[in-house]
Amino acid sequence: MNIFFERKFVIQAIVAFVAFVLLAKLFYIQIIDESYYLSANNNVLRKLIIYPARGVISDRNGVILVQNEPVYDLMVIPRQVKDFDTLEFCRLIGITKIDFITKFEKARKYSKYKASVFEKQLSSRTYAGFQEKLFEYQGFYVQNRSVRKYPNQSAPHILGYIGEVNDRMIAKSGNYYQQGDYIGISGIEQSYETELRGQRGIKNIMVDVFNREKGRFEDGRFDTTAVSGERLMSSLDAELQAYGERLMQNKKGSIVAIEPSTGEILAFISSPTYDPNLLVGRARSKNYRKLLLDENIPLFIRPTMAQYPPGSIFKIINVLLEQKYHIITRESTYGCGGAYFLGGLRVGCRSHPSPVNLPMSLQWSCNSYNCNYFNALIQSNQFKNSEEGFNAWRSGVNNFGVGKKLQIDLPNELKGLLPTAEQYNKIYGKGSWKGSTIISLSIGQGELGITPLQMANLAAIVANRGFYYNPHLIKAIGQKKIVKPEYTKKNYVGIDAAYFDPVIEGMEAVVQGGTAGRSKIKNIIMCGKTGTVQVTNGEDHSVFIAFAPKDNPKIAIAVVIENAQGGGGSTWAAPLTSLLVEKYLTDSITKPKAFEDRILNARFINDTVSKIK
Amino acid sequence: MNKKSILFNVDLLTLGIYIALILIGWFSIYAAVYDTDHSSIFDLDRNYGKQLIWIFTALFLAMLILILDYKFFSTFSYVFYGITLLLLVGVLFVGKLVGGNQAWFEIGSFRLQPSEFAKFATCMALAKYLSGTNIKMQQLSTKIASTSLLVIPFVLIMLQPDAGSASTFLAFVLVLYREGLSGVVLVIGFGVIIIFLLALMVKKLTLLIAFAIIAGLFIYFYKRSRQAVLIILSSLAFSVLVVFGVDYTIKNVLKPHQRDRINNLVGIDVDLKGAGYNVNQSMIAIGSGGFLGKGFLQGTQTKYDFVPEQSTDFIFCTIGEEYGFVGSLVVIGLFVTLLFRIIFIAERQRFTYSRIYAYGVFSILFFHITINLGMTIGLIPVIGIPLPFISYGGSSLWSFTILLFILLKLDANRMGLLR
Repeated sequence: MNIFFERKFVIQAIVAFVAFVLLAKLFYIQIIDESYYLSANNNVLRKLIIYPARGVISDRNGVILVQNEPVYDLMVIPRQVKDFDTLEFCRLIGITKIDFITKFEKARKYSKYKASVFEKQLSSRTYAGFQEKLFEYQGFYVQNRSVRKYPNQSAPHILGYIGEVNDRMIAKSGNYYQQGDYIGISGIEQSYETELRGQRGIKNIMVDVFNREKGRFEDGRFDTTAVSGERLMSSLDAELQAYGERLMQNKKGSIVAIEPSTGEILAFISSPTYDPNLLVGRARSKNYRKLLLDENIPLFIRPTMAQYPPGSIFKIINVLLEQKYHIITRESTYGCGGAYFLGGLRVGCRSHPSPVNLPMSLQWSCNSYNCNYFNALIQSNQFKNSEEGFNAWRSGVNNFGVGKKLQIDLPNELKGLLPTAEQYNKIYGKGSWKGSTIISLSIGQGELGITPLQMANLAAIVANRGFYYNPHLIKAIGQKKIVKPEYTKKNYVGIDAAYFDPVIEGMEAVVQGGTAGRSKIKNIIMCGKTGTVQVTNGEDHSVFIAFAPKDNPKIAIAVVIENAQGGGGSTWAAPLTSLLVEKYLTDSITKPKAFEDRILNARFINDTVSKIK
Repeated sequence: MNKKSILFNVDLLTLGIYIALILIGWFSIYAAVYDTDHSSIFDLDRNYGKQLIWIFTALFLAMLILILDYKFFSTFSYVFYGITLLLLVGVLFVGKLVGGNQAWFEIGSFRLQPSEFAKFATCMALAKYLSGTNIKMQQLSTKIASTSLLVIPFVLIMLQPDAGSASTFLAFVLVLYREGLSGVVLVIGFGVIIIFLLALMVKKLTLLIAFAIIAGLFIYFYKRSRQAVLIILSSLAFSVLVVFGVDYTIKNVLKPHQRDRINNLVGIDVDLKGAGYNVNQSMIAIGSGGFLGKGFLQGTQTKYDFVPEQSTDFIFCTIGEEYGFVGSLVVIGLFVTLLFRIIFIAERQRFTYSRIYAYGVFSILFFHITINLGMTIGLIPVIGIPLPFISYGGSSLWSFTILLFILLKLDANRMGLLR
């Protein structure tokens, strides 16, 4: 043993010390500090969102109105991007180098660590070419999703469209949606978003350092499957809808057709219309701008948002209310000398047989009859004063769904305009107005505004003799064919069924030999009422409401054609209606071709093509 | 003496730990580069299959060493040393450039790293020199000569340039210390490292004021001894010199990647994508192992290639991740047991040559283990040297095996004739 033997203890102490330090550090990072465990998961775990197929929408006969088409979103995680051949990349997906730089900057700004959409909706073909090279572009991957496709190119106003969520929508949904998700923006897509979107699934996968998929995390223990959106069956009749759209070509206006026994909407046309496929895919914003700037406002949903003075069709409501308050019976007559006079007031009328009873007043749309008895109702001694009379009338009208929303399953429905007593008090002063002051209400002019949907609903109320179902566009949700409860409830308008008989008799006469005599349909008794709405600027609006057949009605319809040249309801709206009704009830047209062509060729719209570029 | 008795005399504890470590290494390499396409652990296209060849050849070398006469090694120490130096010079001219280092000979598909063999050759030469008659560590000539034995291979390896392998020669300071070099050398060495790191982490002025205060306190307590005051003052002067030397070293001596590694360690300028990536990923892998680990082949970080160099320098990540703290404890326990056993063996030698050689083996292993483990858990800057017996690689496994088995051979014959 040599003299430095003791030094082995120093050396042993050094070894022990080093071992202790190493173990202490290991103990710290392996057991105490959790962050390494989390970082490890960050390294390998990727949550893939499995987007369920959005629900398909069909018409009442199962014809597909909206379906899905696959597209591929190119995603990027900026942090993981390594150097690569940018030029080839740009060529493959068809963008310029400058596009690339802007898009990449945008993604980096959003997050370096989180995935964001780099290029939206690559077509199947672009994707096929790109996919083979994908492995060269670290940090990029492709996410499948589908876009909406409208095989019928019809009914854009009802179906609506989907678009990317914005920050406000994300916040409102309680962060259900994420940046880049799609959501229904209008129409059924919006109002049935919850049913259509289905349930997202999550797949936890592991990736290696090159971001290559390496299998599922813990055999998919934390995965959830995606549940497809519900299939919706619309009440629309695709054929009727398409025919209506064709008849309305080059015209502004609306058609709403309702099945009176259910409240199901059979056709819902807002003209001018457009191909819903325009608002899908990469050209969407360009097309949207174009539509937005069109002076005929094709994006405007006229059936629920346009509020017209109803004109003569409003007389139906008035004569029903006058019967209810025992002002008139079927036999009450009035002698019309071509105009109505009261004090200094004169309301003109056309020349027609006189005197008229109730049915005849509708058949000839006699203004004098209606002015007279409307005034009698407001001034009736059943009421303390004119204001009380007006209020009784007003609530009666309100029961018909005028001045309130009909709760259709579309967003942004307007309730129409129904003046209140306060309004008149303000204009004329309390107690200083009476029936004659507001006489234009009797013939559907003045402060009134009702939507085409409310007009069609009025026709349905008459067809049902006193009640309606809230009109709706979706008749069955999902496999179980659920109908929303609010659409199975009868709304009574508070008028005895018997009072409808003379009204229906009059409406029958309108078509059989009255104002709409030319619109008679072979073998079908259609009951209708024409309306001509005077507007301050341009030609009158042509209005017609109807239901058919007279017994056991299958369809109630309202047609509004804006600024129709040379004629009121009888000239344009009524013949157009007769075509639609016959088509729906018999699936054929017996009218001569010239009759149909006259409607098809009518053009009441400014040519705006040169203006939209 | 027949072969049987030689095997019988081999230290069984050391042999057992050696076998355990190479098996742990083999399985860890398998787990580190595992993929389902090549699931056979005997697949010779993969690192784990090749490692099996290295293991068998290493065992063959071990047998060869045990069969040879024990005097062979001490007799030919200088010859081995000389050959190694020639190889180190040769590799600078005909070597293959791998990863920026001119460190490999390439013979067919096999590559040989002479710096690995320089370790045991230097060890033998040092033992031979210090065991000579009339050699005293206290003599200046001895200090110069023994230091020269270390410095020559150190410089040659630095020329490759492979600072990691070269630094292993620093370990021999422990041998010199055991043989009588003043402990002050160790203290000064340790002090320089501490001050160096402090100078990087703390502002210079703060550090100088702190030194002055500490020195002042010491002088106050030892004011009666003039010698003590002198020592304190000179230490202070030396410390100040080191503080100012740091800047110069960082800017002019270290290479950019070395600078990054040191900055990374002390927490300046941590770039997790660049210089800090390896260590960060290595710590994530080990840290995510938890107490019991994720299980064999279940380590996601190593299996999916997040850790670079995972079968060679960062092999410990696989152990840390798949076997957790318990596994790390076992491996470190095996290493510590081995090191203590080598000290024990060293001290029972009758021949000075054997004892010095044993301490050489100890120093080399200790240095490699400390640096490698410290590096993987972020305690020491990244220095690319393997973990003995565990890391993938033929040269290093051969070299450590030869190193260890020469010791076992010497030990087996320690009761040999007293001559």
